[in-house]
Amino acid sequence: MTALVALIAGVVFGAGLMLSGMTNPANVLAFLDVAGHWQPALAFTLAAAVAVAVPAYAMMRGRARSLLGEVVDVPERSRLDTPLFLGSGLFGIGWGLSGVCPGPGVILLTTGTASAMAFVGALTLGAIAGSIVCGLRD
Amino acid sequence: MAGQLIPVWRSLSGGALIGAAAGLLMVVSGRVAGISGIVAGSLKANFGKQSWRLMFLLGLVLPALLVGVGPVDWSASPPTLAAAGVLVGFGTRLANGCTSGHGVCGLASLSRRSLAATATFVTVAIVTVAATHLLSHP
Repeated sequence: MTALVALIAGVVFGAGLMLSGMTNPANVLAFLDVAGHWQPALAFTLAAAVAVAVPAYAMMRGRARSLLGEVVDVPERSRLDTPLFLGSGLFGIGWGLSGVCPGPGVILLTTGTASAMAFVGALTLGAIAGSIVCGLRD
Repeated sequence: MAGQLIPVWRSLSGGALIGAAAGLLMVVSGRVAGISGIVAGSLKANFGKQSWRLMFLLGLVLPALLVGVGPVDWSASPPTLAAAGVLVGFGTRLANGCTSGHGVCGLASLSRRSLAATATFVTVAIVTVAATHLLSHP
């Protein structure tokens, strides 16, 4: 059942990324090009996504189990530490260079292009290195 | 490369789908829809506990496999994409999240860490895009 829910959530998430145009790197770069020909469309996407997810997260606040009885796995940490800022900074550089973040990257694999494979292959290696540095936390 | 002009209804409904998927996964399965974490977690060996991640990733690519991903304009070359991929993969492990985990789920759960992470990677990505433009058209 958990697998089926994950599959459905993946399909809906993927459809959302495609509908919003985030699967085209040029659209993401245009959103980030605030100093040039800025296209704010993706700000609406983020705002809508957060607005729809807020009630769901509010409903689960303080609960130990989900509707299916699974452990609610929300990170509890609140400390603003160096890895958070350093990691987000490195991610920001990569995102600004490519116009691709992990979700659209995975979807772009379906194009079968060298560009997509180079990005996701490198992302995987970087993630493995990052996990090792972070002590392989789950 | 200029992005497409995305109609507002597509930005908003795409975002709503992303938020609905994140909400569904949290309420029903108690899991955060953070794609960098799902990709990194799916690389680990113990299949029984990881299968939901693989199902989510399968679902993520299904809409693109069924109807095609639509226009894709890669602005960066494959070597740049590979460098960007390493930064995205490594950075998101260090920071424990990307656009989906911190940007959507974290903001929806009103996390201070996610707000700091999102502000950091969006700002750094904007600066990176501006710097790229300055260097390519001095």
